[in-house]
Amino acid sequence: MGDWDKEMEKKWFTISVYSENSVGLLNRISGIFLKRHINIESLNVSKSEIDHVSKFTIVVYTTEDWVRNIVGQVEKQIEVIKAFYHTDEETIYQESALFKVASTLLFDERNIQNIIKDSNSQIVTVSREFFVLAKTGRRNEIDEMYQQLKPYGIMQFVRSGRIAVTKSEMKISSLLKEFNQ
Amino acid sequence: METLKKEKTASSKQGTKRISGAEAIIHCLLAEGVDLIYGYPGGAIMPLYDELYKFQDKLTHILTRHEQGATHAAQGYARVTGKVGVAVATSGPGATNLITGIADAQIDSTPMVCITGQVARHLLGSDAFQETDIIGISTPVTKWNCQVTKASEIPEVLAKAFYIARSGRPGPVLVDITKNAQIDEFDFSYEHCTGVRSYKPYPKPDIKAIEDAANLINAAKKPFIVFGQGVILGQAEEQLKSLVEKAGIPAAWTILGLSAMDTEHPLNVGMVGMHGNYGPNLLTNECDVLIAIGMRFDDRVTGSLDTYAKQAKIIHFDIDPAEINKNVKADVAVLGDSKVTLDLLLPMIKNNTHESWHNEFKKKYKIEFEQIIKNDVYPTKDKLTMAEVIEEINIASGHRAIIVSDVGQHQMIACRYAKFKQTKSNVTSGGLGTMGFALPAAIGAKMGAMDREVVAIIGDGGYQMTIQELGTIFQNKTPVKIVVLNNDHLGMVRQWQELFFESRYASTVMVNPDFVKIAEGYHIESKRISERKDLKATIKEMLASKDAYFLEVKVEKEDNVFPMIPSGASVSDIRLK
Repeated sequence: MGDWDKEMEKKWFTISVYSENSVGLLNRISGIFLKRHINIESLNVSKSEIDHVSKFTIVVYTTEDWVRNIVGQVEKQIEVIKAFYHTDEETIYQESALFKVASTLLFDERNIQNIIKDSNSQIVTVSREFFVLAKTGRRNEIDEMYQQLKPYGIMQFVRSGRIAVTKSEMKISSLLKEFNQ
Repeated sequence: METLKKEKTASSKQGTKRISGAEAIIHCLLAEGVDLIYGYPGGAIMPLYDELYKFQDKLTHILTRHEQGATHAAQGYARVTGKVGVAVATSGPGATNLITGIADAQIDSTPMVCITGQVARHLLGSDAFQETDIIGISTPVTKWNCQVTKASEIPEVLAKAFYIARSGRPGPVLVDITKNAQIDEFDFSYEHCTGVRSYKPYPKPDIKAIEDAANLINAAKKPFIVFGQGVILGQAEEQLKSLVEKAGIPAAWTILGLSAMDTEHPLNVGMVGMHGNYGPNLLTNECDVLIAIGMRFDDRVTGSLDTYAKQAKIIHFDIDPAEINKNVKADVAVLGDSKVTLDLLLPMIKNNTHESWHNEFKKKYKIEFEQIIKNDVYPTKDKLTMAEVIEEINIASGHRAIIVSDVGQHQMIACRYAKFKQTKSNVTSGGLGTMGFALPAAIGAKMGAMDREVVAIIGDGGYQMTIQELGTIFQNKTPVKIVVLNNDHLGMVRQWQELFFESRYASTVMVNPDFVKIAEGYHIESKRISERKDLKATIKEMLASKDAYFLEVKVEKEDNVFPMIPSGASVSDIRLK
């Protein structure tokens, strides 16, 4: 495996894991990455399109051989129903970010309003002390907005993990049906 | 617990009865057919031990001298019986002491259920006395684990634990049960688990893949089979033999596959891997079709992957989809239980003999015999060799003993030279390479196969890692035969130091105690020999004994195990000296 590393190109992969919602599964899954010394670039856990089925969306930067190996090990976990991996081209993906900025800037710095408009972000709340901007988009769009706001001072910043849907179908319902038969 | 309720369950509900969680654990074990468990008591597991006391006529508990010993004993039991081994420990250090055995069972696919006590629910996370996060610690080395904090969860979780441990590719499961869950009462009923919706242990055989495999095998000029433990776990020994005989294919074992096929079968050509036989290793790189059955292309088997069987088409039979293309890319992957897939394959296989190809193995064997085997098994030098001890055991036992080996030089010698007629007869720590495995594993092996001779082959290093289990043997009068091949060194490390570290023998010399006196301290009949003239008679005497017997054999200190594929080298670069 180590030798394949050298030859194969590293890429961004989105791993989608459909699983039962059980205590400790996150630890079990993250351990698979840890054992292989592969960093998780982003992680999101949420409900899925199927009732009582959870979905992990994990982003890694590695080779296809490693991501295949990882998906095999993830899928082997008892509570995992099915795991998939996709390249960026095969997915539609977004991240979300929140910016907390001092309210005075809205009035003192004209450019702030332009940034808000140009970045297509929303004002979530405004108070005397601060206002909060929400931005959903690709990582580079969020980074760009961050760079633009930075000179004026960002009180707090947070960005979510990637969430993604795939262009092709992920057949979970039929798998579950198969089991129930 | 939401998901558990949705699982398919078989058998109708027994009548419910109000009992404690601890008593429920006993009933669950009995319902799973368990009559023997290994363990060590302590604070957080005392309610269970109190019930074990009451149920001792139905369920035997063997007190080991260390929790690690309990896991290895459970493993030894599981490996010879094919049943799930059970080990019990208390929270904290009791639980952490299980980890080595659990990791060993995980990498060697051994079915085992470990039950640990845990501090009461209300104390979780308070750094209570003997609290440890055993779920977190055991996660990477268990097939599944689960913490139970309510008595009423016990039956479902244990049913699931046994099902998962034994089904598909077996493995260890740990169930951590808080003290309150052991004490509290609930209405008990038990249903066996027959499925978990997110877990598919038996992939459906793909007929197309099996046809592809058959076509490759039928067209092959130089086919070669490497069989692993998957044959034993899948109970496919007969199918393997039929395939080998029908298609006339030379077959070699991995150390965990050893004993799946009679070692004297003319087409059983030896062992693959770092210290395997010359022919099977060299010819791996000359075969045209490599048929891997229930093995996982461990690095100790393949050497460098860049130069491993590149000329061959690879057919990989395995039950675990994650093993396919993990280390070696398969041209044809046949997923499924080996018995099922081989049964489907056999009718498609044409009769063949491949005589000239088989002769290649014989030629290589001759070379190996002249340069290595002759000197190992029939030495002319003064000092005893490890191999001649194994050979005497072969002769005296008629190839019918269960051999339990530890880790190191003696293990490689045992796996190279021990002869087996019956399956499930070679018990060794393969993947993890756990020194200290053999003595407790031999206890479990003997208790699992009381009608058979069980001989533990151990080095002087590994022996001292779990030597306290002599106490378990003494207390239970377990008639295991213990052979320590004493070279007063950590022999395998010493060998590497000699070959690869310019003979800088860092910390490999062992100044050993009087092993015979130690065994005598436990009232175990014991003997030490160092001369060839005493070997035959002593081995006979040992095997004739109805009780436990300890034999220390002083062997040559500086012998090395050959052949050898240096770490990271190609199977083609196997060294004869």
